[in-house]
Amino acid sequence: MVEAPPKEPRELKAADGVQVELVSRVFETKRGRVEALARMSLRAEAHEVVAVVGPSGCGKTTLLELICGLQTPDSGTVLAAPAALMPQRDLLLPWLSAIDNAGLALRARGVSRDEARKTASPWLGRFGLERFEHTRPAELSGGMRQRVSFLRTLLAGKPVLALDEPFAALDAITRQEMQGWLGHVLESEPRTVILVTHDVEEAVMLGDRVVVMSPRPGRAVSEIEVALPRPRRRTDAAVVELRERALSALGVET
Amino acid sequence: MRRAHQALPAVLLVLALIGIWELYVDLKGPTFSLILPSPHQVVKALYEDRSLLWSSFLVTAQEVLLGILVAIVFGSVLAVGIHFSPTLRRATYPLIVASQAVPVAVFAPVLAFWLGFGILPKLVVVAVVSFFSIVVTTTAGLDAVDPDLIKLMRTFDASRLRTFRHVEFPSALPGVFTGTKIAIAVSVIGAVFAEYTGSNSGLGYVILVSEPQLLAARAVAATVILSLFAIALFALLALAERLALPWVYRTPEERPA
Repeated sequence: MVEAPPKEPRELKAADGVQVELVSRVFETKRGRVEALARMSLRAEAHEVVAVVGPSGCGKTTLLELICGLQTPDSGTVLAAPAALMPQRDLLLPWLSAIDNAGLALRARGVSRDEARKTASPWLGRFGLERFEHTRPAELSGGMRQRVSFLRTLLAGKPVLALDEPFAALDAITRQEMQGWLGHVLESEPRTVILVTHDVEEAVMLGDRVVVMSPRPGRAVSEIEVALPRPRRRTDAAVVELRERALSALGVET
Repeated sequence: MRRAHQALPAVLLVLALIGIWELYVDLKGPTFSLILPSPHQVVKALYEDRSLLWSSFLVTAQEVLLGILVAIVFGSVLAVGIHFSPTLRRATYPLIVASQAVPVAVFAPVLAFWLGFGILPKLVVVAVVSFFSIVVTTTAGLDAVDPDLIKLMRTFDASRLRTFRHVEFPSALPGVFTGTKIAIAVSVIGAVFAEYTGSNSGLGYVILVSEPQLLAARAVAATVILSLFAIALFALLALAERLALPWVYRTPEERPA
């Protein structure tokens, strides 16, 4: 039995955007109090991509769960339009084919299997997965699995996408491919995106803004505007410079 | 061809054991074979008593199959209840374990008293002895569901019932199969003991009345049939599981790059 925190107290006022203000969150664990977030603030306007970078264990996942309404803050306010989560591990259901995994959010709302497939099918084509509609996750490559997982989040039909280190488990080459791919998708399907990552380059490549978080307890220590045209190239001087700025905000010597 | 090759060690071992058995009984003399018949006497009994054994087998097989079915229904329903209610888990688990420790010989007469000498008390015995493993493995399957998946379903606005249907129910199915496979052997023993207590048909009844009549070969013949039945049932379930739950037997080598 999973203890489910109450779902209701999410307030939905920031139309299609996300507003997190001075939020603190403390967990009581067997090993004592863990302060995950302390006075964390973050804003995302409608259709803005906000990348959140920070060291491991700085409360990034907690932040996303707050935005998705899976947790409530101990203090501070979270105003967010309905958000769908893309978890760190793909969490595809091993017994479902790619198309049925992609349509899971629709099935969760009571859509029939045929309807869900009809909706998901053209998207699988757009995502380069038309030949793998009926393939189960175990026979898909890591990059394919992340695409299916992202599509599942997208088809939830929420204005906000909360992406939790979506490409962290991929090898370097696939990760770069997937970053380029996600940039393209978001251009044609604009959504408000909170992209949590520990990869500074990924943050600068994909974000309109980069929010840098401190180690635990996490709070925003720096915010970097990325006013660069897309598609961006990793080797562009402006990208490299912003990456260095983000790294130094994280306290990394470069 | 490869399968036949794989079965070879098992076949050779069984043949060797039968050979030793035959030799041992033959050396001991004809009186001893009244206690332990030799393999060739058992084969003879299998042939000569074939109509009795067959009709008895049908009775016992029916008891075992229906009893297991009852156990699957009650076991999986109870497992779902236990999964969702910690109170129910604490309340029932000790009793479920205790139900396994009570010898069939003790409660079977009570069942015969309540339910008569028909098939009903046998179903209850088979169900009671086999539902333990089904409850335990099904509960384990349900408990092993990733809590992050439940969270994910909540961000998709799934009701608890839909989350159960799409996520937890399929996760529990391998556990139901495993529990049933474990239950097969004890369910056959359960049926035999239930027939000992009060019946006039079935392979257990045949064993019971053959021994005092010094028809040991017939009793062993009935036992052989019971063993083969258990093996066949196990193999059938394994096959059904492969067909019903192909994702459990995935082949990761076939991944595209």
